[in-house]
Amino acid sequence: MNRKLPMLTQDNRSFWSGGAEGRLNIHRCATCGSWFHPSAPVCPRCRSLDVGAHPVSGRGRVVSFTINHQRWVPELECPYVVAIVELEEQAGLRFLTNIVGTPPEEVSIGMEVRVVFEQHEDVWIPMFERAA
Amino acid sequence: MFDRVFEKDVKITGIGQSEVGRPSLKSPLRLTVDACLEAISDAGLTCDDIDGVACWPGDHNNNGDSFSPIGSHAAKTALGLNVNWYGGGYEGPGPLGGVIAGAMAIASGLCRNVLVFRTISEASARQTSRTSNSLHSKTPGRDGSYMWRWYTPYNVFSAVSMVAMYAQRHFHEFGTTSEQLGQIPIVCRANAALNPKAIYRDPITIEDYLASRFISTPLRMYDCDVHCDASTALILSRADVARDLPHPPIRIEAIGAALNSPFSWDQIPLTRMVTAEVGSMMWARTDLKPSDVDTVQLYDGFSILTLMWLEGLGFCPHGEGGRFIEGGSRISLSGELPLNTNGGQLSGGRTHGLGYVHEACTQLWGRGGARQLKKANVAAVGAGGGPLGGSLLLVRE
Repeated sequence: MNRKLPMLTQDNRSFWSGGAEGRLNIHRCATCGSWFHPSAPVCPRCRSLDVGAHPVSGRGRVVSFTINHQRWVPELECPYVVAIVELEEQAGLRFLTNIVGTPPEEVSIGMEVRVVFEQHEDVWIPMFERAA
Repeated sequence: MFDRVFEKDVKITGIGQSEVGRPSLKSPLRLTVDACLEAISDAGLTCDDIDGVACWPGDHNNNGDSFSPIGSHAAKTALGLNVNWYGGGYEGPGPLGGVIAGAMAIASGLCRNVLVFRTISEASARQTSRTSNSLHSKTPGRDGSYMWRWYTPYNVFSAVSMVAMYAQRHFHEFGTTSEQLGQIPIVCRANAALNPKAIYRDPITIEDYLASRFISTPLRMYDCDVHCDASTALILSRADVARDLPHPPIRIEAIGAALNSPFSWDQIPLTRMVTAEVGSMMWARTDLKPSDVDTVQLYDGFSILTLMWLEGLGFCPHGEGGRFIEGGSRISLSGELPLNTNGGQLSGGRTHGLGYVHEACTQLWGRGGARQLKKANVAAVGAGGGPLGGSLLLVRE
């Protein structure tokens, strides 16, 4: 089905378009070395402006998840999994996503996952599947 | 940390509430007028005495959407109020933001009597569109909102997606169970039976709870609050004004607000949200302690939020909420810490924030009727979910 797509801006385009090259891009501060999300033109930890998007491994673990059963709109295919995944690059580096390609009842906290992308127009939505 | 605690000079002097409908046949503006006039009259004041208006989230998106169809512009214009200050808006510490802003207006010397209100019309909206409250409807076309656009591409239609993940993580880390969590909707329903305005009043059992369908695991239908059409209002007065009004003033003993965490649903502590930072601010502004509180009115947009508020405001340790409410007796009307005595939003109706303050004052003034608590001198209110959070400690003088 169609998804609600994000408005792309200078500050978030790297995250949503990295999938075109098969990359998950996350912002990193060149001054203090920390990764951060959501992307922004300043490091929230040290306020350095020397920040930019860099590809990460795309590997991580499920921090939490939920199996959605409610058919919010008629065309929605249920059940599906909404999750928060923490990337292996840094403790606490995480974002909300979907787990796909895995039966919902097999998803668990701590499960190792890897990024996959679903393209809609000029947006490549990063999602995750169970790592082999 | 804080060297001025201005809120102690601010008193609640009157409360009002429209009918609570599912749906109501009255317009949102009429519901607002009903609530405001009742509150003004209850305080022993007239419209000419009101010199400030505050609300949250105000004229939301400027399109009259059902989450907040009436803002301070509409209310002050309809009632013909001449004020020294007014304002509303979504940004700030969540559903109690209007109360806190109104208290600041009094403390700064701008106002003597501030009208605070909250109107919602989600029940009517759902008569015509089942997706009227969806996050997807907030932004036509592409999602340009600062925060939601990180979530809506993942088929997140409701905050339940995030809140269910908080619950799952709480279950995982602390062994919290559905049987424990279910006590919150069960207790709320039992309380609602004694509230003539509540939406749902028939008792439910743990079997009913466990048999109710999953909305988003581990949260079930009974973990989610019920839409309604309603407006709730209260009057804040300066201490010297309050002394001459009919009811014993209810002092805002302390406020708490989420100030430090990112404004985000996935970057905050998943098993606490912002409740702990709200609690630490509130308790830093008073000599009272959680053991001094007679009743708690805590946000139950989803049941797990209530459990996190119990923990975050210090009524039990972090992670112990499930065991704290086990069996339900502790949080029932006859228990040591009665919770959501009007049925909360889970059964009373999603009045969204101010309903908790209204019920706290109802108990503190001894107007609870069949649900009146034997001892009610101090009440704690906590409201909000995710990054939104605020609290009030209220003392009847």
